[in-house]
Amino acid sequence: MSELAQSALPGARYEGFVTVTEAGLRGMITLRGDLSAMAGAVKDATGCAVPALRRVEASDGKAVAWMSPDELLILCDYADAPGLAASLARALEGQFATVANVSDARAVFTLTGAQTGDALAKLCPVDFGTLRTGDIRRTRAAQVAAAIWVSGEGEMTLVCFRSVAQYMFDLLSRAAAPGSEPRLYA
Amino acid sequence: MLLLTCPCCGVTAEETEFAPGGEAHLKRFGPGSSDADYESYMFNRKNPRGVHFERWRHAYGCGKWFLAARCTMTLEVFGTYRAQTVEPPAEIVAAIKAKRPDWEGFA
Amino acid sequence: MSHRLATGGRLIDRARDVKFTFNGKHMKGHAGDTLAASLLANGQTLLGRSFKYHRPRGIVASGAEEPNALVGLGKGDRYEPNQRVTTTEVFDGLSAETQNHWPSLDFDLLAVNSLVPQFLTAGFYYKTFLRPRAFWKHVYEPIIRKSAGLGKAPAHDARDPDRYEQLYAFCDVLVIGGGIAGLQAALSAAEAGARVALWEQTAHWGGRAPVDGVTIDGQDADTWIAATVARLEGMDNVHLRLRCMGAGLHDHGYVLGYERVSDHAPNIDAPRHRLWRMRAGQIVTATGAIERPLSFAGNDLPGVMLASAVRDYVVNYAVAPGQSVVVVTNNDDAYRTAIALRRAGIGVPAVVDARAEANGPLVAEARAAGITVLTGKGIRKVKGGRRVTGVEICRIDSKGTAFTEVFDCDAVAMSGGWSPVVHLWSHCGGKLLWDDAHHFFRPDANRPPLGVDGTGFVTVCGAANGDLGAVLHGAHDAGVVAAKATGATGNAPTPATDNAPDMVPMDAVWMMPRNAEYDLRMKMWLDYQNDVKVSDVQLAAREGYQSVEHTKRYTTLGMATDQGKLSNINGLAILSDALGQPIPATGTTTFRPPYTPISIGAIAGEATGSTFQPLRRSPLQDWHEQNGADPEPVGHWRRPYTFLRAGEDRHKAVNREVTNARTNIGLLDASTLGKILVSGPDAGRFMDMLYTNMMSNLKPGKCRYGLMCNENGFLMDDGVVARLSEDAFLVHTTSGGADHVHGWMEDWLQCEWWDWKVHTVNLTEQYAQIAVVGPKARQLLERLGGMNVSADALKFMEWTDGKLGGFDARVFRISFSGELSFEIAVPASQGRAFWNKLLAEGADLGVMPYGTEALHILRAEKGFIMIGDETDGTVIPQDLNLNWAISKKKDDFLGKRGMEREAMIHPDRWKLVGLETLDGSVLPHGALAVTGGKNANKQAETEGRVTSTYYSATLKRGIAMALVRFGPDRMGEVLEFAGPNDARIKARIVDPVLYDKEGAKQNV
Repeated sequence: MSELAQSALPGARYEGFVTVTEAGLRGMITLRGDLSAMAGAVKDATGCAVPALRRVEASDGKAVAWMSPDELLILCDYADAPGLAASLARALEGQFATVANVSDARAVFTLTGAQTGDALAKLCPVDFGTLRTGDIRRTRAAQVAAAIWVSGEGEMTLVCFRSVAQYMFDLLSRAAAPGSEPRLYA
Repeated sequence: MLLLTCPCCGVTAEETEFAPGGEAHLKRFGPGSSDADYESYMFNRKNPRGVHFERWRHAYGCGKWFLAARCTMTLEVFGTYRAQTVEPPAEIVAAIKAKRPDWEGFA
Repeated sequence: MSHRLATGGRLIDRARDVKFTFNGKHMKGHAGDTLAASLLANGQTLLGRSFKYHRPRGIVASGAEEPNALVGLGKGDRYEPNQRVTTTEVFDGLSAETQNHWPSLDFDLLAVNSLVPQFLTAGFYYKTFLRPRAFWKHVYEPIIRKSAGLGKAPAHDARDPDRYEQLYAFCDVLVIGGGIAGLQAALSAAEAGARVALWEQTAHWGGRAPVDGVTIDGQDADTWIAATVARLEGMDNVHLRLRCMGAGLHDHGYVLGYERVSDHAPNIDAPRHRLWRMRAGQIVTATGAIERPLSFAGNDLPGVMLASAVRDYVVNYAVAPGQSVVVVTNNDDAYRTAIALRRAGIGVPAVVDARAEANGPLVAEARAAGITVLTGKGIRKVKGGRRVTGVEICRIDSKGTAFTEVFDCDAVAMSGGWSPVVHLWSHCGGKLLWDDAHHFFRPDANRPPLGVDGTGFVTVCGAANGDLGAVLHGAHDAGVVAAKATGATGNAPTPATDNAPDMVPMDAVWMMPRNAEYDLRMKMWLDYQNDVKVSDVQLAAREGYQSVEHTKRYTTLGMATDQGKLSNINGLAILSDALGQPIPATGTTTFRPPYTPISIGAIAGEATGSTFQPLRRSPLQDWHEQNGADPEPVGHWRRPYTFLRAGEDRHKAVNREVTNARTNIGLLDASTLGKILVSGPDAGRFMDMLYTNMMSNLKPGKCRYGLMCNENGFLMDDGVVARLSEDAFLVHTTSGGADHVHGWMEDWLQCEWWDWKVHTVNLTEQYAQIAVVGPKARQLLERLGGMNVSADALKFMEWTDGKLGGFDARVFRISFSGELSFEIAVPASQGRAFWNKLLAEGADLGVMPYGTEALHILRAEKGFIMIGDETDGTVIPQDLNLNWAISKKKDDFLGKRGMEREAMIHPDRWKLVGLETLDGSVLPHGALAVTGGKNANKQAETEGRVTSTYYSATLKRGIAMALVRFGPDRMGEVLEFAGPNDARIKARIVDPVLYDKEGAKQNV
């Protein structure tokens, strides 16, 4: 029934000094366990190595993000997530590891433009001047949790819980409103 | 507002990214324990003027609990360390001793 | 007439006129003016009335320290009271109104207070309104409220239309203050390699140096300032902000900055204010100094101004504060004002210098310019009504009984010396020392505020450090030291040299004349805004106030919106003198942030409107909102309380939903319920610790209701656990409790049982969960097809997963209503489609969504407890007759030890019962059962309380649950409950299970 599936805010988009787009459905799998012991299974499933501390490894449409010392987040196509989760679970059988499909629990926003850090600096207590492409930083955006991945040059990917997608979109739109550029980073 | 460094993910962040959890290194007293032990576990908390050990969770970050050694007077942070220990590790004790020679040690 | 000088004015653009209104009167200024400068240029010297005596008041200062000239700015939704004209940049269309007068600024009836100034002396309110007691509420308070208060609050229905925001920023070195010291400190820190931010609260760089005639490397200060700003702007590691005030300095290098982004240009599309939340490694405060007034009789009359302010208006704005200005001083600096006035062609009848001798270079320059200098003299009193008309002079060491000279003048420029702005240094614990030579407090570099590593993180330079002469080399050192402390290793070249004239030290003159008699002292203002005079502080001292903090509160000295920026040191000196002790022994009051008031809008930041707080939306929220949902807050969720249809009130809608669920099919959006995966080899062992009942023996495919307690034994959460596999459980929690329970699990796993092999994953939002409830529920599911949900295939308290109507579904056969019921979880993204399908397929079966109130009633009819209703954090499972859910086989579980305490096993504890009112009415929420007797405190004795109460559409009467003393042993007994207006409502104790006790309806 995934053809009936709807992301939290389908098509939501705001064009300010940063463009904010709801990225639609993304496959996401939480993987918990000993990260080094899972390296083989992760490589087989995603083609990616286990990322270093607060880094994201990406390869061919899939990505693996470091979330905590015993947790990874795998990003893939929405439709692929159940199958990928099942094959990971099989590969990790016998290990103390947990695989859970969390694709539907999240909302994803893409921020594009030269001043993404300037917009997010209004919401997050993070020094965006220190983040490099491929970094991920879990933090707070105003009053909710967010994971921010510097997914490319002039692009950030923000993941939050699905239930607060509207709040997050409103926050980001407000932060990116023309005329309010703080010109802190760019 | 404090700055704390999470020893689990290495992030140094402001206090609003963390959630406080009260005194560290409490020993749990469960069924069969005396009233006095249970009372000490549940209700009696240290409130020192000076060196103190406390629990923090990187609630908006990696989600991990960790422990901090901190001076309640000056707010100096002597160090943070992983929560999986029943007492402060030697390097934390040494860091405190270096700054507070009169400190009587962890008890 | 215009008071604008024909030439000069370094900050104004004469080519650009700005039109504004003042009390409705049209006025004109120039671009670059502050409102204060424009008003003075228009000859407007009377700007308000004082707080207590309604005395006429005018502008005293030229900056943030202004105590008098506060106005209401803007109109309607944008009206804002108590704005300082000295920090307001004038713009086209600005509208200002004076405040604190009645009926008008020029004619104020309440000025009668001033005729008997001894009437409102220190402690007047405390002393006068004490008795009779009843008068306070009905007589005194209404009168005081009418006459007191500073400015008017905006209209109650006004809504601020402007945008505000906050900004998190980081730097190595933050320099606060953009005078020449701050510019140099920033430059040196940046050259040393640090990442630097520099804030200046006004609209201009350079501070006082250009006005004071400072030269730098032989050039005028403006030249150096322009060059330095240009250099800083060209550096990648420097961030500059004008109109950004360092508002507060906090722990570990946290600094709040208040940027007034568009106050000066309200028509540009930008936020109005921005609150900077800066985290700096090191901070350099270069916040300058504030000139002190002198205490002489009539020093509050419009036209009496700080000497530095007078020359600011002349030099910066080409405005003459008067045509003839007497300068009165105890130091050399004020001679700069005399010289500037003379240079601008303004009359200076005399400089009155309290010192026995005056012979510094500036004094010599003034004398050479032909200015009369009187030494050893002071002002006896200022003459005039609504503005200065002259001054009487007397010998400084006299009692002031007679004058020695009289001068006609329309303004007085006074200087009592300077006070370094030590506020920011002091906010976070930096200590001060008293400088005997200059008679001020300045930062004690040996006792700075301490940072995260226990070392100092603030350095001070320039006038803020008490350096009233050359500052650039000291500022350079401060910048370099700060940069190095953050790890910078570069070299900063030697700075330029500023040339400041030598100055002879000031004389401490705290009262003028030194032995002034009472009738003079009671006209000497210390705190202009709060109307505190020399005589008030002296009275407080006589009445026994010794602590400066107590005296402050008793006299209200320094408690106005200016927080005593002008009055503190003078007041301290008077108090110290009255107490016969040196000033450092008296000490200062505490400096607290913010430095000057900041807007509520900036503090709120983004937290307004739709972003006030995060409202969590269920995957079905859109449908709810389109179908009459009446929202109820549950944590940050807004669940439908009921779905209102046309013509229905809540009560009617709820009854319809209850009846339908019992006769047809009800649908409940249960997506908000917590869903936490607990997995790993030790999951069963962990579950046994979390729950009071046994969970490890639950078979895969089965469900079990369980209770969670905290370590006190008090009920914390409840819900149904499904065992997914040998190693995995799915824990359902209450809607409000999901995050807490997840955090609770992680706490125990990370901090207590870290060697147990258990993972948790919060899957709450992964699923849309829908309860399909009612006698026809199975029929609907069978229509969807794909899954065998027959009574044999899916028994009560079992779960299964597979395809249902084509959806990936996990179906739990559980019931919180007493009806045949299935809770179906589908991926959240498919929730809306699944919901639509249920509605469509079940239309002819009478499918109908219900809200949380129907949910509550359905469960109450069945006697099921609800966390938060039957529990309040002090209730143990035994109180709710849930002993069956407390394992006796387990050695340990969270809360087990707590339940063993004496008070928990006491037979007197109130226990759960059902209630039915004798008259069928609905008991009030929380109603107490009263015995008719009195307790030890002579209050009505109680023996129980209502925990849940509803109208039952099924039973057609009021039903309730209550905790009652010995309740379960008192079945059939009638209790009296207290209602509103002393009503007593009779209710009979009954079994809480009021509907289908044998469970026939759910087991089909």
